[in-house]
Amino acid sequence: MSSVLCPEIPSPGFSFENCHRNAMLEAKGLAMPKAQKTGTTIVGIIYKDGVILGADTRATEDTTVADKNCEKIHYLAPNMYCCGAGTAADTEMTTQMVASQLELHRLYTNRVARVATAKQILKQYLFRYQGYIGAALVLGGVDSTGPHLYSIHPHGSTDKLPYCTMGSGSLAAIAVFESRWKENMDEAEGIQLVRDAIAAGIFNDLGSGSNVDVCIIRKGSVDYKRTYDEANKKGEKQNSYKYAKGTTAVLTTKVVDIEEVAVRSIDLERMDTA
Amino acid sequence: MSILAYNGGAMVAMKGENCVSIAADRRFGIQAQTLATNFEKIFEMGPHLYVGLPGLATDTQTVMEKLRFRKNLYELKENRPMAPKVFSAMLSHMLYEKRFGPFFVEPVVAGLEPKTYEPFICNMDLIGCINQPKDFVVGGTASAQLYGMCEALWEPNLGPDELFETTSQALINAFDRDAISGWGATVYIIEKDKITIKNLKTRMD
Amino acid sequence: MSLALRPSFPDYESVSKHNNFNPYSDNGGSVVAIAGDDFVVVGADTRLSAGFSIYTREQSKLFPLSANTVLGCSGCWCDTLTLTRILKSRMQMYQQEHNKTMSTTACAQMLSIILYYKRFFPYYISNMLVGLDDEGKGCVYSYDPVGHCERRTFRASGSAGALLQPLLDNQIGKKNMLNAKEEPVSKEAALSILKDVFISAAERDIYTGDSILINIITKDGTTEETFQLRRD
Repeated sequence: MSSVLCPEIPSPGFSFENCHRNAMLEAKGLAMPKAQKTGTTIVGIIYKDGVILGADTRATEDTTVADKNCEKIHYLAPNMYCCGAGTAADTEMTTQMVASQLELHRLYTNRVARVATAKQILKQYLFRYQGYIGAALVLGGVDSTGPHLYSIHPHGSTDKLPYCTMGSGSLAAIAVFESRWKENMDEAEGIQLVRDAIAAGIFNDLGSGSNVDVCIIRKGSVDYKRTYDEANKKGEKQNSYKYAKGTTAVLTTKVVDIEEVAVRSIDLERMDTA
Repeated sequence: MSILAYNGGAMVAMKGENCVSIAADRRFGIQAQTLATNFEKIFEMGPHLYVGLPGLATDTQTVMEKLRFRKNLYELKENRPMAPKVFSAMLSHMLYEKRFGPFFVEPVVAGLEPKTYEPFICNMDLIGCINQPKDFVVGGTASAQLYGMCEALWEPNLGPDELFETTSQALINAFDRDAISGWGATVYIIEKDKITIKNLKTRMD
Repeated sequence: MSLALRPSFPDYESVSKHNNFNPYSDNGGSVVAIAGDDFVVVGADTRLSAGFSIYTREQSKLFPLSANTVLGCSGCWCDTLTLTRILKSRMQMYQQEHNKTMSTTACAQMLSIILYYKRFFPYYISNMLVGLDDEGKGCVYSYDPVGHCERRTFRASGSAGALLQPLLDNQIGKKNMLNAKEEPVSKEAALSILKDVFISAAERDIYTGDSILINIITKDGTTEETFQLRRD
């Protein structure tokens, strides 16, 4: 028996309790709303000392821009990052979940997790959901066996490549790689190539836009450059649209005062382990 | 027509200088027919924390009850108010749990962080993808109109009075161009020491 | 042998096949027009796109029909091309028949009729016809794809129409403001608001961007101006 004080432990994983109702609403002719997508350009390359990942920062909802500066390079482990394209919530939640699994794995094995491990967790998870979890990922990292770069598709297939792109701007970006990528590039050259590939997506694909994020993963160090390049400046407004006080017609006003609650903060005390 | 547009509604939240605003219209309707003009879509979740739930009205209320339940349990356990950041993460995970059978709400959260009183705003899509910009967030059926208004009107460092005018004008003019939202509006201005709640006079057609 | 016993060969069945034919495409673009007492300004972005790709960044969507009449079009680009070609020839025919240029008001009526003639296979365009009327006042006519025509003082249409219109209502129509009085807008104010609404739209609408082309029509004729927008 469950009660308010002793609630039943909820079952883990997805809940399907609304599915029947939603199917009924859909059958009545009400269209299912679309979730936020990251019509995206994400890329990754392998260079001399590791991996460089890149992403744009636009999230779209149909044809409007929902987020102008979102983060598409997700943390997985200290030596691994993952770019996400597709349904925004799916990429965010999937990478968060895998990040926690990898952390547990690291603590359990006491070793730096391998990129192949992350790849395997991701592909098995995505395959289980048959593509319904719409996450297209570019996974990059460096482990004891060297730098690795994978592209992972929503159905769970993976490719291991020296350079790859994904998302709606993938064609624009791969064109840059195909013409300019070569083996054993140095870091400055690699970053410039990634920036140019993302910029190609930003300017030529309407689903991608705003800024360029870059993440450089070397053996033992990571350099996450959020807003590495602002590809487009926002236009300068001609006027200021501040309104004079009392412009808006008000019917009623209610002011609720919040009394200051005295908070006494207690300094952390070290646990007595003597 | 989308399920999110069954009842209609518009919502906006903006950041100001040491204050935040959240505002919504007051219409409750079924498709084109207006049934009530005193419907609340913004709910108090703490002294400095408000959540707006535009979308399907039944889910607005269901999600609000679920949130209030979880928030109360948290406060009993932790003996401290829930921070907006924590609240948003909880809401996001609650919505994503129903990834394949979602609630039809696109939440907007506005508040001040405890202790620092830093302004906080965010919105989500119906499956819980958080969007946390530095300026403003919108939601509901008039979101296109609101984007256009806010993008032009918003500027950094607005004081509480200026923030009220900017938020109100953005909302009113936006929902006047949306057939299924409007019929009055409520604006909340959240400051460190007080909350100001104003009902606005708008077109009622 | 009865018919029922005949085996079924799918290849020989003669079921009528219905192939969907969709002749329209949406090439995006937005048009904004603001009229004053003795002028009218009209602006259109110059991005031509389809789906997620850009066809060109410098396509004018404004078509001068006479010295003081300009048509702004957004929607299906191939329909725009055909419609403007027809309009151009009709303008010429009128000129040669009556030995005078068609007035803006007459143009507006003609456009409405041309659009309604294709009531059941419409030109998929949102049109905006601007110019100076017989008294020299600025006028804006906006249309739906099948020829409904309405005269206003300001209007936004196209892919970012919903984003642009409320700000025009507020700043030019002076809507919802207690202390504001409605007065005719000046040319400079109209121009700056027009640029600002496009800056806002370019931030949020993926089909609006690159630059805007502005036509300013006064009794002295039409002048052109361009203004850069985001290119992503």
